Amino acid sequence: MPAVQETVARVREIDVDQYKYGFVTDIESDRAEKGLSEDTVRFISAKKGEPEWMLEWRLDAYRRWRTMVEPNWARVDYPPIAYDELYYYSAPKSTPGPKTLDEVDPELLRTYEKLGIPLREQEILAGVEQRRVAVDAVFDSVSVATTFKKELAQAGVIFCPISEAIREHPELVKKYLGSVVPTSDNFFATLNSAVFSDGSFVYVPKGVRCPMELSTYFRINEQNTGQFERTLIIADEGSFVSYLEGCTAPMRDENQLHAAVVELVAHDDAEIKYSTVQNWYPGDAEGKGGIYNFVTKRGDCRGKNSKISWTQVETGSAITWKYPSCILRGDGSRGEFYSIAISNGRQQVDSGTKMIHLGKNTTSKIISKGISAGRSQNTYRGLVSAHRKATNARNFTNCDSLLIGDECGAHTVPYLEAKTSTAVFEHEATTSKISDDQKFYCLQRGLSEEEAVALIVNGFVKDVLQQLPMEFAVEAQKLISISLEGSVG
Amino acid sequence: MLSIKNLHASIEDKPILRGLDLEVKPGEVHAIMGPNGSGKSTLSYVLAGKDDYEVTEGSATLDGQDLFALAADERAAAGLFLAFQYPLEIPGVATMTFLKAAVNAQRRARGEGDLPTPQFMKLVREKADGLGISTDMLKRGLNVGFSGGEKKRNEILQMALLEPKLCVLDETDSGLDIDALKVVSEGVNALRAQNRAFVVITHYQRLLDHITPDVVHVMAKGRIVRTGGPELAHELEARGYADYVGEAAA
Repeated sequence: MPAVQETVARVREIDVDQYKYGFVTDIESDRAEKGLSEDTVRFISAKKGEPEWMLEWRLDAYRRWRTMVEPNWARVDYPPIAYDELYYYSAPKSTPGPKTLDEVDPELLRTYEKLGIPLREQEILAGVEQRRVAVDAVFDSVSVATTFKKELAQAGVIFCPISEAIREHPELVKKYLGSVVPTSDNFFATLNSAVFSDGSFVYVPKGVRCPMELSTYFRINEQNTGQFERTLIIADEGSFVSYLEGCTAPMRDENQLHAAVVELVAHDDAEIKYSTVQNWYPGDAEGKGGIYNFVTKRGDCRGKNSKISWTQVETGSAITWKYPSCILRGDGSRGEFYSIAISNGRQQVDSGTKMIHLGKNTTSKIISKGISAGRSQNTYRGLVSAHRKATNARNFTNCDSLLIGDECGAHTVPYLEAKTSTAVFEHEATTSKISDDQKFYCLQRGLSEEEAVALIVNGFVKDVLQQLPMEFAVEAQKLISISLEGSVG
Repeated sequence: MLSIKNLHASIEDKPILRGLDLEVKPGEVHAIMGPNGSGKSTLSYVLAGKDDYEVTEGSATLDGQDLFALAADERAAAGLFLAFQYPLEIPGVATMTFLKAAVNAQRRARGEGDLPTPQFMKLVREKADGLGISTDMLKRGLNVGFSGGEKKRNEILQMALLEPKLCVLDETDSGLDIDALKVVSEGVNALRAQNRAFVVITHYQRLLDHITPDVVHVMAKGRIVRTGGPELAHELEARGYADYVGEAAA
């Protein structure tokens, strides 16, 4: 069975009340002492076999982080995080650096199978004339298997764990790491800079259209282990790359902290398309045990006529704090943000984007669809700004909220700042409820109440789903239905 | 097929249906006419199982099955179809997608498997052609931007695909011009069959020029107050409902 179909089939199997991905793989971990100190940072850096400059970079971030205060402006509420009670590094014990999938711990492979990411299938798929997906799988903190390397190498594309890039491509990492999200950026990004464990690195050379969709599946496994991925994607002049990120995590009693940083750089005429489907454990009915997700994602349209497009489907996590943004520096550059954020149960979402227009004739588009059900709170927070020199900056924002039931909340907080009179910003926002009449119409045609809600919601988010690569769209559609289960009744 | 006995129903404690009786046999077409506010639409909603309506007394069975013991979707699967006076719009959901979801939901409820997509598409095209529904319309969001006539034709298309036992048409003629009325009526007539019955709710006689009823009922103040043949509709057209409003009140 092709991988995509298998993934979809597995997603379908998820039960109503069971978070099926809530299992724990029994693998011995090799982890740093509890808590965070300079020693922890040194331990992580040493584990990764990093050069001195990288360690210094981390220590600098660590020292800065110690002076920073956790932000509290978002519309989310959670008990204080005991940063000194967390583990900051954990790697599956395995023979170092498996060269092929055969060398990968079979237990890991079984975990992936449970998650519906059959790596083997993906390789088989490569031989067939079909759409191909390369997976750089992150298990806890260390990338354990990377496929399709050869074919990518032929195209000159570098796609590897960032720890490997630090060793093998130091000149690229030095040049770009922290150039979009500086180590001083914000509390969570700074923390990530100090202790990031692994993540993906992509470099697409001049004029190259990446021959396949690049994909990373993240998974949080180790109890009490914060996850600090670091992703860096560089599209050189005239290149194109599409990157997919999908996530699941096992069920846990204690909240798990996740603070990733993603940096994108697009040079002249380059385009980066970054898609995320996030379905981390949202916590139980009372909101206990879910993932805390504090992510900093930012793209820099550094070159003229460059383009960066973020598409996200957020269905999981207890707390989501996430604003994938675009800095439109190059003249004629374009930023896009398409988002579906679904909250149910006790979930709290504060998400949106920033479109920062710096160059001339820059354009941006924001389509945000928020769906709140249960007793959740869902906030769209978005900034659109135009610098004094950003003549003819254009933005179109469409921000729709859909409420299911009457115990949830939807909030829209737009910030608009235009420092040039030539800027044109359009903002449209709607808030609606699924009407009883719409539901009754569906029921009268034989659909169950849950099918009816899923259908109406899928219609509501269609504009965004269309932006996702095909295989992701199918999975996302299923996930939307699953995450709304139990919201009617 | 449909048997309603002494039906009382209210909305927000306000009684609307007050002792309604109706017997419809397979193959028959019954017209229910009456002045505004007589409870015609309420009857259709109560049969279909809309929330907000409370049945306080009486019974309704479809082929012996107690309708009030079933949820709205179960009644649909049992073969009850309501053609809405105001079909709802569902943005972003292609008409074709909705049709497929409905057909398969009912098939599953009856223990049948999903209809394979190619077979389904062929079926839809066939039925849609007869109703003058274009492929473009099937791709558009359900009823979004449809004209009044398109919405009603779309209702008949759903009826044709779902092949119900009992079709209740609620003011299907409202908002239709004469051409649309013809197309819709022809669609309904094509579905008339020995094992299928129709309850046609209408304010005006003109729909009954195209869909000839076997029985005509007059409804007033929540009850059937008079029953006759097709000629009764003509009489109403000529004389209006004034008599019945008075009669029921008395």
